[in-house]
Amino acid sequence: MIHPSQEYALDPKRAKQVLKELGPETGRKFLETMYTIRAFEEKAEELYGLGKVHGTMHLSIGQEASAVGTSNAVRKGYDYLLNHHRGHGHCIAWGSDIDRMMAEFMGKETGFCRGRGGSMHIADIENNNLGAQGIVAGSLPISVGVGLSIKLRQTDQICLVIFGDGGSNEGAFHESLNMASIWKLPVLFLCENNQYGMSMSVKRSMNIENIADRGASYGIPSRIYDGNDVLAVYDAVKWAADTIRSGKGPVLLEAKTYRWRGHSKSDRQLYRTREELKEWQALDPIPRFAARLVEAGYLKDSDVETIRAGAYQTIENAVAYAEASPEPDVATLMEGIYA
Amino acid sequence: MLEKFPVNPPAPEGRVITCVEALREGLRQLMEQDPSIFLIGEDIGVYGGAFGVTAGLVDQFGEERVRDTPISEAALTGACVGSALTGMHPIGEMQFSDFVVLAMEQLVMQAAKIRFMFGGKASVPMVMRLAAGSGTGAAAQHSENLENWFVHVPGLKVVMPSNAYEAKGLLVSAVYDGNPVMFFENKLMYKTSCAVPEELYSIPLGKANVARAGKDLTIVATSIMVQRSLEAARQLAAEGIELEVVDPRTLNPLDDETLVNSVIKTGKLLIVHEAVQTGGFGGEVAARIAASPAFGYLEAPIRRLGGKDMPIPYNRNLEKHAVPQVEDIVEEARKLVRGAY
Ligand SMILES: Cc1ncc(C[n+]2csc(CCOP(=O)(O)OP(=O)(O)O)c2C)c(N)n1
Ligand SMILES: [Mg+2]
Repeated sequence: MIHPSQEYALDPKRAKQVLKELGPETGRKFLETMYTIRAFEEKAEELYGLGKVHGTMHLSIGQEASAVGTSNAVRKGYDYLLNHHRGHGHCIAWGSDIDRMMAEFMGKETGFCRGRGGSMHIADIENNNLGAQGIVAGSLPISVGVGLSIKLRQTDQICLVIFGDGGSNEGAFHESLNMASIWKLPVLFLCENNQYGMSMSVKRSMNIENIADRGASYGIPSRIYDGNDVLAVYDAVKWAADTIRSGKGPVLLEAKTYRWRGHSKSDRQLYRTREELKEWQALDPIPRFAARLVEAGYLKDSDVETIRAGAYQTIENAVAYAEASPEPDVATLMEGIYA
Repeated sequence: MLEKFPVNPPAPEGRVITCVEALREGLRQLMEQDPSIFLIGEDIGVYGGAFGVTAGLVDQFGEERVRDTPISEAALTGACVGSALTGMHPIGEMQFSDFVVLAMEQLVMQAAKIRFMFGGKASVPMVMRLAAGSGTGAAAQHSENLENWFVHVPGLKVVMPSNAYEAKGLLVSAVYDGNPVMFFENKLMYKTSCAVPEELYSIPLGKANVARAGKDLTIVATSIMVQRSLEAARQLAAEGIELEVVDPRTLNPLDDETLVNSVIKTGKLLIVHEAVQTGGFGGEVAARIAASPAFGYLEAPIRRLGGKDMPIPYNRNLEKHAVPQVEDIVEEARKLVRGAY
């Protein structure tokens, strides 16, 4: 069997072309951001293990290419992002401040949501990052509203909405696609198919192979790609964003990827095999892209190590910032509920 | 069906199990003796449920009867309604009670109304189990206490067990009640333990329990707040204050009589629940007491101690302050007894 990710691999010629268009500086930046996401997630896991955070978290280790390729193919800060529960990576790729993300994760007053939202709800409203969702598919109907607002305000923005394979089984997904489609709204529906919704494999949760195929029911163009190849991601999202901006209405994208960690903190992962995990780990998006950069002559091996170390240092600094930050004052408990 | 089971049997000493274990044992035994009972919900099979209640049951009963669903709360609830309408006894699981918002139509417009609308000729004997409450750092969208929404819907019953013993017995009654029953399980209660009989038994719906007798003040508390009120009562006993703690167990239908008699005895009433105070269950209890013969016996205003009127914050300390803790109950009860109001 062809690996689901490889089945949708980017044509090697096209990959070269995309890399060339990006150039060495952007290529280097992509790699750095992927490492930063990985480092953030590993640190999150560690802090949780140390009892320094309470609550839950959903790690995106293994899915870094999807976050980085996606955000960078739209106009971050100008376009809109609606994120989901497994959203640390998208937030980092969007360029949201990592110190304030870490502070939020640790429940501090300096966090993006003043410690009120936590891991699952990081939002950077100033930069049109409209926040992460704890309700599966909860952001899809909102994306219709954001798309409508863009249309009514007559800007050339688009709304990027991230959700998982599991989310596509909610009624909200279907209602939202239909409505966005009939009104030709500038919404990019981006499904990260990491093969599972919690314990449920996509093989059990739907009777079709691809989530992208659902686009046809609503007259929405779609594309499937290797979500573990940052160039494939970038290429597909760029195409989608261009299509949307040309006034053709929404696009549905499906990134084939895989979550390496358990669903959340307490997952014994009895629903999948170690072999399957290993197969996907062999497609680790980070070394794959690093090798490409080296092959293209954009980086030396030693540069890769420097970039990696720098990313991990960024996260150490973020933790230091968060740890030095104050806890929210109980006197402010009931602030911010109403305007 | 319920006649088969002993009612409120004494709990054997030494057989102490957690609420999760008691519920799992109850589900297992119910399914063993009745093929019309099945479980349906998200990640209840091999994952065992987000809080482990159904762990291992799929190995015993198979995927047909311990049925994982896609992430589709409306349809999974409808699957309960439709199968209950046609001879089955489904027990649904709402992984976090918050997600019930996505199933409201099936519960409120369908499950609750089918019997009445169809002239009493159809019934929907289903149970929806819902994991509710704060205290786990899960923030605003995974910590709700929405029970009172359902108290407002005639046709639904609302049950809130307060410990492992109560959970198992009430579950049995809920399954065979013949009506749609909303069964709210507190997440922090899951890990608490008490003595539980091994065999199946029932605790009747609509009957309150006087969890502790006392003369100075009646506390009507629900779910985890019963445990916290009992702890508050222990602490206040040292000061010579004797609290009576009444656990309604079923919020709808409510056992007015037990509540009224308690207030007649103590002359003072404090209602404690975790759900947001405004529009919460406490208002209903207060109104019923005020309209009852207990009114004439009241020696102080009726007080409520509910969750703050706010979404649940993520930060651990803020989260604690958003809902009543033992200290808050102690303080409020002391004030009420000492005539502060
Ligand atoms: C409406 C709703 N139902 C269930 C959940 C519990 N839950 C949170 S994430 C999740 C799995 C989501 O799967 P998917 O959409 O594929 O995203 P992934 O976690 O794989 O990134 C579930 C069941 C929820 N948060 N909201
Ligand atoms: Mg998934």
